[in-house]
Amino acid sequence: MAAGRTTIRFTLNGRPASADVAPDENLIEVLQRDFALHGARVSCGQGLCGCCTVAVDGVATSGCLFLARFADGATIETIEGLADGDALDPIQTAFLENAAFQCGFCTPGFIMMTRELLDRIPDPSDDEIRHYLSGNLCRCAAYPEIIRAVRSLARA
Amino acid sequence: MTQTVKPALREVSRSVPRLEGVQKVTGAVEYIHHLRLPGMLYGKIVRSTVAHAVIVSIDSSAARDLPGVHAVVTGADVLKLVPSPYYGPAFHDQPVLALGKVHHVGEPVAVVLARDPHVADEGADLVVVEYDELPPVFDEVEATLPGAPIVHAELRPAGTFADLKHLKGKTNTNIALEAQVRHGDVAAGFALADHVFEDTFKSGQVMHATLEPMVSLAETRTGKELTIHTASQSPSFVRMEVARMLGWPENKVRVRAAFLGGGFGAKLYIKLEALVAVLALIVRRPVRIGLTMEEQFYTITKHGTTVRMKTGVTNDGTIVAREVRTWWNGGAFADVGPRVTQKSGFTAAGPYDIAHVALDSCAVYTNLPPAGAFRGFGIPQLVWAYESQADIIARRLGLDPVAFRLKNVLRDGDEHATGTIMSNAGVAACVESVARQIGWEQPFDRGTGVLRRGRGIAVGIKASISPTTSVALVTVAADGSCTLAISTVDMGQGSDTAMAQVAAETLGLRTESITVVHSDTDTTPYDMATLGSRSTYHMGHAVRLAADDARNQLLALAATYLGVPAATCGCEDGVISTGDGRSMTFRELFVARSGMQSGNVVGSGSFEPPYAKPDLATGQSKDVTPFWMIGATAVEITVDTETGRITVERMVTAGDVGRAINPAIVERQLSSAAIMALGSSLSELMVFEHGQVVNASLADYKIPSFLDIPPEIGVELIEDPHPNAPYGAKGVGESGAFAPAPAIANALEDATGVRVREMPLLPERVLRAIRAAAGTPLEDV
Repeated sequence: MAAGRTTIRFTLNGRPASADVAPDENLIEVLQRDFALHGARVSCGQGLCGCCTVAVDGVATSGCLFLARFADGATIETIEGLADGDALDPIQTAFLENAAFQCGFCTPGFIMMTRELLDRIPDPSDDEIRHYLSGNLCRCAAYPEIIRAVRSLARA
Repeated sequence: MTQTVKPALREVSRSVPRLEGVQKVTGAVEYIHHLRLPGMLYGKIVRSTVAHAVIVSIDSSAARDLPGVHAVVTGADVLKLVPSPYYGPAFHDQPVLALGKVHHVGEPVAVVLARDPHVADEGADLVVVEYDELPPVFDEVEATLPGAPIVHAELRPAGTFADLKHLKGKTNTNIALEAQVRHGDVAAGFALADHVFEDTFKSGQVMHATLEPMVSLAETRTGKELTIHTASQSPSFVRMEVARMLGWPENKVRVRAAFLGGGFGAKLYIKLEALVAVLALIVRRPVRIGLTMEEQFYTITKHGTTVRMKTGVTNDGTIVAREVRTWWNGGAFADVGPRVTQKSGFTAAGPYDIAHVALDSCAVYTNLPPAGAFRGFGIPQLVWAYESQADIIARRLGLDPVAFRLKNVLRDGDEHATGTIMSNAGVAACVESVARQIGWEQPFDRGTGVLRRGRGIAVGIKASISPTTSVALVTVAADGSCTLAISTVDMGQGSDTAMAQVAAETLGLRTESITVVHSDTDTTPYDMATLGSRSTYHMGHAVRLAADDARNQLLALAATYLGVPAATCGCEDGVISTGDGRSMTFRELFVARSGMQSGNVVGSGSFEPPYAKPDLATGQSKDVTPFWMIGATAVEITVDTETGRITVERMVTAGDVGRAINPAIVERQLSSAAIMALGSSLSELMVFEHGQVVNASLADYKIPSFLDIPPEIGVELIEDPHPNAPYGAKGVGESGAFAPAPAIANALEDATGVRVREMPLLPERVLRAIRAAAGTPLEDV
């Protein structure tokens, strides 16, 4: 093991995982390098755009600001853990049916954040949706379609 | 050019969901951002910290000594490999790495390469560059005045554009190109005017902020060929330009792209590709350079612009003369600025029928980060000027802004200022649409006290860039399945789906069954670029021609094996049938031909629209564009008169689309372009100190978020199938971005009586204008 590197053990999308990480590596780098998970992406690198959103112990987290070694012992969920084989998660289906994306780069982040929103507020108002998702940016501006997708999932 | 349009369209005009939708919602979709090559080195760029200087020395010893650093490469190393390492689409003015001089803060000076990206970052901080500073120039108008610091000692136009050749070797100027339009007699026109309006409008420099940051990788096996993987909107151009710079044949350079995480004009022509190509050749290892969001602010931007507009109007509200001078702040490297200057510059008089017009447009070098194409290609800056002034005029004359526009708009059959006769340009239809959608004639709550409400409207016009070429290949496999090979890049606009629809319609297949091969210059044929809303029209034509070619070959086979003339056969759902009830599937045709399921039918199509080159001195042309794009917006806003903050409550858009290939995607192209434009209208502005961007972060540079989206958004497609377009479809990706800014400024005046002539409409600017008008101006800080 290289100097300063440590082995972390964690649960990744429901399965035990381990990785050998450097002190300056963030969670996204490790997910991409060691697990070929590319759904969470680094864009702004400052936790401002939401493209790197993953769930850490059930809390939506900016993976680009989360040092990988802090994931030791944690439960990590990524967009790749949502679908069950070919069966998409209802949130993914809603994004698909409402065409709530264009380039798709921000989409996994929005879906992960929506998942937490609906977990906490099963029947969100439009205002609650806007505020909850205001930390996720979509440069293609598919915002009206995202609202529609999330609204379609709200428990009426 | 004529074509047979089937009486009933099945695939075209259907809102097919994006073909790659599942990949995008599962995160599995391919972006070059994710690509890692075996043995790859990460490059980190050392950038200039000053705006204009001579490089005295570069000390890279500390970086080289850092464990894990593979190499540090400077301009001197590049020169050993490439005698003239300059690139650019209009001017060969951009060095792969700085040579002798730096021209803007952020210009690449050296690259540190390492296996570990963190080591490359750390190494870049250890490179010490000593500069001898020169006086810089930042303002686009000042840069044209005598005595201004000169950014480039000598102009170096690229050979590709004949109309730039006369600039070769020109010295002592910052003006990269001047373009003119002369129509009628503008002095005589002003003599006819009862009122003359003169205003200067300014637009700030903004940045694309693609969420997939720019990224390119290069690899070579022998040092005599290259593969470049790049998040690019123009792989064909990258190939040509890298080959030219290296003195290689094009077929030794392979350039491939994947889906883009946004483009908006940022990833056009050539950006990081020349650098990674040269680095890979120097170190003989695969090299990746991916930018941070901060670095993107120093790489490519939208032109800051000054527009001086003088307009003569008669008492009845007829515009009789217009004189416009536009200064485009191109920053330190021309990129495609000279094209913006000319191709957009000739529409500076707006979508109005004006007898006497004089337009001057100049591309200016300054010591700011380079400017290039940005969704709209310069049009939004011009619309900002002419549509702001349209309301200034209408209000002064006591005319309704909608009626004033409709009185003056160009209608089919009118002569545009370039001399081209207008056709299939629904200017009036777009204005009428947004007026209707917003309820222009109906009263509305105008607010009271601090919160005031107002409405505004604006319309813009763009000429599709011409002449440009697209080529497509349609391959039918022996099982009857169909593959479309095109170099159009899907950056979120839905081109894969739209092009598959065109192929499917032509071949009688279902869109969902077609596979679209992504741009790879070894495989997919030439396409000028994915830019300027050109793909649907140009590549759409090429795809239709290629699919027609494949269809004709299949019909010829069927004629052979069914024993009837091809013309009597129908082709639907992979089955060719005769009038007398017999049929063969595509697969059966291949089996009949070869005795087994083998072989291909390959159809090809190439398209370049007719075009008449404008006269250099007068800008006159009988056919200046293959089609006109029109976009109109109306808004209702609330202005907080105590803070200057504008909230857009309602925004409606209309675009003349010819015919929508995919109505749902087209509607969203229009509405989302308008939402994106809210950023440059209200909040986005690169703020500079000594040429340094002080807000180069999404923390301080505010792109629209969920909290900035109008609660009510409307969109209407104006469909009037264009006779020379594939299935009547025109380009639409930029139209929604033309008019939001002036619509909002016009609503601001409607609400408060104040006029702001500089965009974006930052709260501070609005508040200063309100307070100045009230006679209680804010102090300068």
